[in-house]
Amino acid sequence: MDLLELTIKDVSEKLKLRVFSCRELVEECFSNIKKNDKKINAFLTLNEKGALKKAGEHDELIKNDKKIFDKKPLIGIPIVLKDLYTTKGIRTTAGSKIIEDYYPPFDSTVVKKLIDAGAIVIGKTNEDAWGHGSSGENTDYKPTKNPYDLSRVPGGSSSGSGAAVAYGAALVGTGTDTGSSVRLPAGYCNLVGLKPTYGRVSRYGIIAMASSFDSIGHMTKTVYDNAKVLEVTAGLDPYDSTTFPIKVGQYTKVLGQNIKGLKIGLPKEYFVKGLDNKVNNSIRDSLKVMEKLGATIKEISLPHTDYAMAAYYILVPSEVSSNLSRYDGVRYGGTREIFGAEAKRRIMLGSYTLSSGYYDAYYLKAAKVRTLIKQDFEKAFKEVDILIGPTSPTLPFKLGEKVDDPLKMYLSDIFLCPVNLAGIAGLSVPSGFVDGLPVGMQMIGPQFSEELLYKAAYLFEQETQYYKIRPEFKNG
Amino acid sequence: MDKKYYPIIGMEIHVQLKTKSGMFCGCKNDPNAKEPNINTCPVCLGLPGALPVANKKAIEWTVKLGLALGCKINTLSKFDRKHYFYPDLPKGYQISQYDLPFCYDGKVETSFGPVGITRVHLEEDTGKLIHQKVNGRDVSLIDFNRSGTPLVEIVTEPEIYSSLQAKEYAKKLRQVIRYLDISDCDMEKGGMRLEANISLLRHPQGVQTQTGHPKGGQLPNYKVELKNINSFRYLERGIEYEIERQTEILEEGKTPVQETRGFNAEKNITFIQRIKEGAADYRYFPDPDLPPIKFSEKWMGEIRSSEPELIDLVFTRWENDYKVDRKITELLFETAGESKKIDEIFINLTKQKLPVDKFVNAVANKKLAVNLFGKNTGEIIDIFKKSLAVDEITDDQLKTFIDKVLSSNQKAVSDFKSGKTNVMNFLAGMVMREAKKKVEFGRLSKLIIQLIKS
Amino acid sequence: MTKKNLTTEDILHIAKLGNLTLNEKEIEMFKKQLSSVIDYIDKLQEINTENIEPSSQITGLTDVLREDKIEEKRTLTSDQALANTKSKEGNLFKVKAILTE
Repeated sequence: MDLLELTIKDVSEKLKLRVFSCRELVEECFSNIKKNDKKINAFLTLNEKGALKKAGEHDELIKNDKKIFDKKPLIGIPIVLKDLYTTKGIRTTAGSKIIEDYYPPFDSTVVKKLIDAGAIVIGKTNEDAWGHGSSGENTDYKPTKNPYDLSRVPGGSSSGSGAAVAYGAALVGTGTDTGSSVRLPAGYCNLVGLKPTYGRVSRYGIIAMASSFDSIGHMTKTVYDNAKVLEVTAGLDPYDSTTFPIKVGQYTKVLGQNIKGLKIGLPKEYFVKGLDNKVNNSIRDSLKVMEKLGATIKEISLPHTDYAMAAYYILVPSEVSSNLSRYDGVRYGGTREIFGAEAKRRIMLGSYTLSSGYYDAYYLKAAKVRTLIKQDFEKAFKEVDILIGPTSPTLPFKLGEKVDDPLKMYLSDIFLCPVNLAGIAGLSVPSGFVDGLPVGMQMIGPQFSEELLYKAAYLFEQETQYYKIRPEFKNG
Repeated sequence: MDKKYYPIIGMEIHVQLKTKSGMFCGCKNDPNAKEPNINTCPVCLGLPGALPVANKKAIEWTVKLGLALGCKINTLSKFDRKHYFYPDLPKGYQISQYDLPFCYDGKVETSFGPVGITRVHLEEDTGKLIHQKVNGRDVSLIDFNRSGTPLVEIVTEPEIYSSLQAKEYAKKLRQVIRYLDISDCDMEKGGMRLEANISLLRHPQGVQTQTGHPKGGQLPNYKVELKNINSFRYLERGIEYEIERQTEILEEGKTPVQETRGFNAEKNITFIQRIKEGAADYRYFPDPDLPPIKFSEKWMGEIRSSEPELIDLVFTRWENDYKVDRKITELLFETAGESKKIDEIFINLTKQKLPVDKFVNAVANKKLAVNLFGKNTGEIIDIFKKSLAVDEITDDQLKTFIDKVLSSNQKAVSDFKSGKTNVMNFLAGMVMREAKKKVEFGRLSKLIIQLIKS
Repeated sequence: MTKKNLTTEDILHIAKLGNLTLNEKEIEMFKKQLSSVIDYIDKLQEINTENIEPSSQITGLTDVLREDKIEEKRTLTSDQALANTKSKEGNLFKVKAILTE
C-alpha cells in the first residue's frame, strides 16, 4: 500500500472491496510519519491511539453495514487538522507556546462533521502561530519543510497540513485561509487547496485569526477528493452567525461536465509586478490547456489590486489584536509575553490602527477600500465567469529568505488576499513544475461558485495529471 | 441660604435582563447561581474558537424599554467590541453597542422636571470578582456564571439637578422596567446598578429654587463618577456628600479631580476608587462575528403591538376614571400583566356599582386580604362585597349581645370611659363575635356608647 | 529611512493598549518594523473613498438571531471550565488581588 498513490476515491472503493482495512491504512499513515516527520516537522500532536481505535470501529461498521459508505461518506479516510481546529480532548496549540498545554472541552463544528462522516484524525498539524504567516516559519515550534525540497518552505500558514498530505501522512489536510493560508501551501506542495466562500463553512471552534476573513478550507491531492470533503464540511451552523442558509452544493456530481464557453478573465494587474518569469510561463502553458478544453480567455482589470495588501494589513491586524485579547492566562494558557514576535507585531499594529485618533485614517479607510475591492470583483464577474492567476508570484522560497523582513513576507500573498477581502471563493490547483518545484494556479469565482471552480479544475487536472508527481525530499 | 452651585448630574444605570438564556449563548441565565462556574460554555467563558449568536428576546426587550421611555429606535443597529483588559472579562473585549444603540433620545418625567434619556443599549455582563485571603495572600476569585447575562444600559443627559431628583428618576426607571417584566431589578444582587456623574456649575446669580436649573447651558469642565451604588438611599446620600465635598474644593478656587469614587455607607462618605486618566481608549469597532440588526416594519410592528400601555397613562386613566390616587395604586401591582388584571377588576366593580376607591384603599391598607393575581375577578369582587355587607340584626337583639360583652369586659369599659377611645374596636369586635354577625361599625359603636353611658 | 518614525513613547503606548510588556530589544525592533509597515499602509491615503460605505462584514447577512432557549448541550461542568487554568481555588479561577472595584 502506498498512500501517495491513493486518493479518497480509491480508498473508499478499496475499503468497500476489502482490499485493505481501515486499520492497515492508519498504520501506513503512521509508518510514513515515523519515516519522514523528523525531517519535515508537519505534526505538533499525533493521535495514534485514538486513530487506531476509530479505525477498528470503522472496520466493524464496514463489515456489518452495507449502506455505511452512504451514511458516512468519508469512512476510514485519514485526515489531519491544522492546530487552529479545536479538538475535544486533543491538545490544540495554534502553533503557539502560549497555549502549548490547552486541551479543549469541545469540538469545532467542522471537526464534528468530519468525524461523524467517518474521517479518522491522524493528528494536529504545525502552522505559523495563530495563522500569522505565509511560510510556516512563524511557528513557535520547529518550522515545517517542503517535501519536494527540504531546504524550502511548504507555504503557510497551514504548512503542516500541506506537507502532511504531500508526503503521505493522510489524504486530507484541513486549514484556514485568511489571506493565503490554504491556497499557498497547496500551490507550494502540489495539492488542490480550497478557500471556500466566506461563510460557506462554519468557523465555530476554529481559533479566530481575523473574524471577517477566516475561511475554513482544506487540501487534497485531487479535485474529486477536495469536492467530496466540502460536501461534508459546508453548511449553515446555528453556532456561527456568519454562515449562510444556502444549500450545500453537489460538488462531486458536477465533475466531468464540460466547460465549453467558460469565460476566463486574466487580471492584468496580476501579471506584472514581481511575477517570476518562469512562473508566468508555466501559468501561460496551463492557460493554453484551458483553451483546449473550450474556455475563452480575456484580459480584465481589478483596478484596486495595488491597495489590497495595504487594506489587508490594516483590517487583519485590527481583528487579530482583538481576537488575541482573550489570551490573558486566567482561564487557560500562559501570560502574554510568551507570544512570538509576529503575534506581538500584529497585536501592536492592530491596536494602533483601531486606536483613538487613528481609527478613521486606518480601520475605517481600509474598510472602505475593502468595498472597492469587492466591487472590482463584482464588475469583473459581469464580464467573465472565473478569474485565473498564479497562486504565488514566486516558486517556493528558501527557509530564512524572507523571515527578517516582515513586509517582504507580507507581499507573497498579493494574488491571494484580495479574495479574502471580497469574501469570494479561490481554488489552487497543481499547474506544473519548474526546476523541480511545484507551481500553483489559482481559480477565483464569485460567492458560492465552488461547483463551477471544481468543474473547471477537474477537467484541467484530468488533462495534465500533475498530482501524480511525487515529492523527492530533495536537499534533505 | 442661596447656593452658589448647580449640581449637574447624569446617570448610567445597568439592568440585568431576566431572559432564560444568555445574551450570546444558550447557557442558563442565572447570575446568582449557588455554585460558581456551573453555567458556562465555550462562548461565555471566552474559549478559543467560540462565537456569539445574539438572543432575539433580549433585543426585543431592549426596544420595548426604549419605547416605554419615549425613545427613537435605530432601525439599523449593530454590536461593537469594546476592548479593555480585566480578569472578569473573558474575551478581553465586551460585546456592546457604540454609535448605533438600539434606542436613543427619550425622556422620563419627574416631579422636578423631565430627564432626557440619551440612549438605551444592550451588552453582555462580565464575570464576578470576589476578593478574599487565601493562605494569607490577598487574591481575587472569579465566577463566570454571570458572564454573558444580557445587560441593558440606560444613560441620561446631564439633566438631573438634585439628589432627590436622581432618586426619583431611578425609582421611576425601576418601576417602568418591572412593569415591562423584563428584569427583577434586585439591587442587592446586582440586578440593577446605579452610577452617577456629578459636577457642580457655578451660577453667577446664585440658585433660588431647585427648579431654576441651567438646562442647555454650559457644562462644568470636570465630572466625578460615583459607582457601585446598590440602594436608592445610598444614591441620595452619596450625591449629597459629593455636592458638599465638591463645593468645598471649588470654594478654595480649585477644580475637583476627575476620578471614580465609591460610597461607604457606614461612614456616609464617598472615597476614591480610581483616577481616570482621560477617556479610556476602548478601540471600538463593529463586531465582525455578528451581522447587523435591521428592524423591518413587520418586526417593529410586532414589538410595538406587544408593548403594554405606558405606565404613566395607566395611572392617569385611573385617576380620571376612578378618582384613585397614583400613590396608592402604585402599591397594588408591578407588571403590565398585573395592571391589566386590575383594569378588569375595576371595570367589574363599576359594572356592579361598587366603590373602586374603597376597594383600592382596603387592599392597600391590607384590610382586604386578598391576592389580586391569585384569584379570579369574580371571586375577588365577591370577597369585597362580603366585606361591605352587613348582616340583618335589630337594635334590640344587638343590645342583648352588647350587654353581655360589657358585663364581662369591665376593664375595657372603664378604659373607654377614661378616654381610651380605640377600645371601641375591641368591644365592637367582641359583640360581632358573640352575635356571629357582621354589623356596620358606626351603628354598633353608637349603640355601645349608648349602653355604656346608661 | 521611513517616513513614519514611531518613538519609544509611541511603542510603549501601543503596547499598553495591547497589554504587552516589551523588553528593550523588542521596543527597538518594533520601532523600525512598525514604522515601515505603517509607511506602506499609508498608501491608502492616496485613494478617494468619498461616498463609499465601509465593509466591516462581508456576508451581507442581517438579523441572525437565536430563540431564548436554554441549551444544555454546550454547558460545561465546572471541572471542564476550570480544567485548563494554572490557578484556581475550589471552583473559582484565581488571580492576584485586584484593587477594589
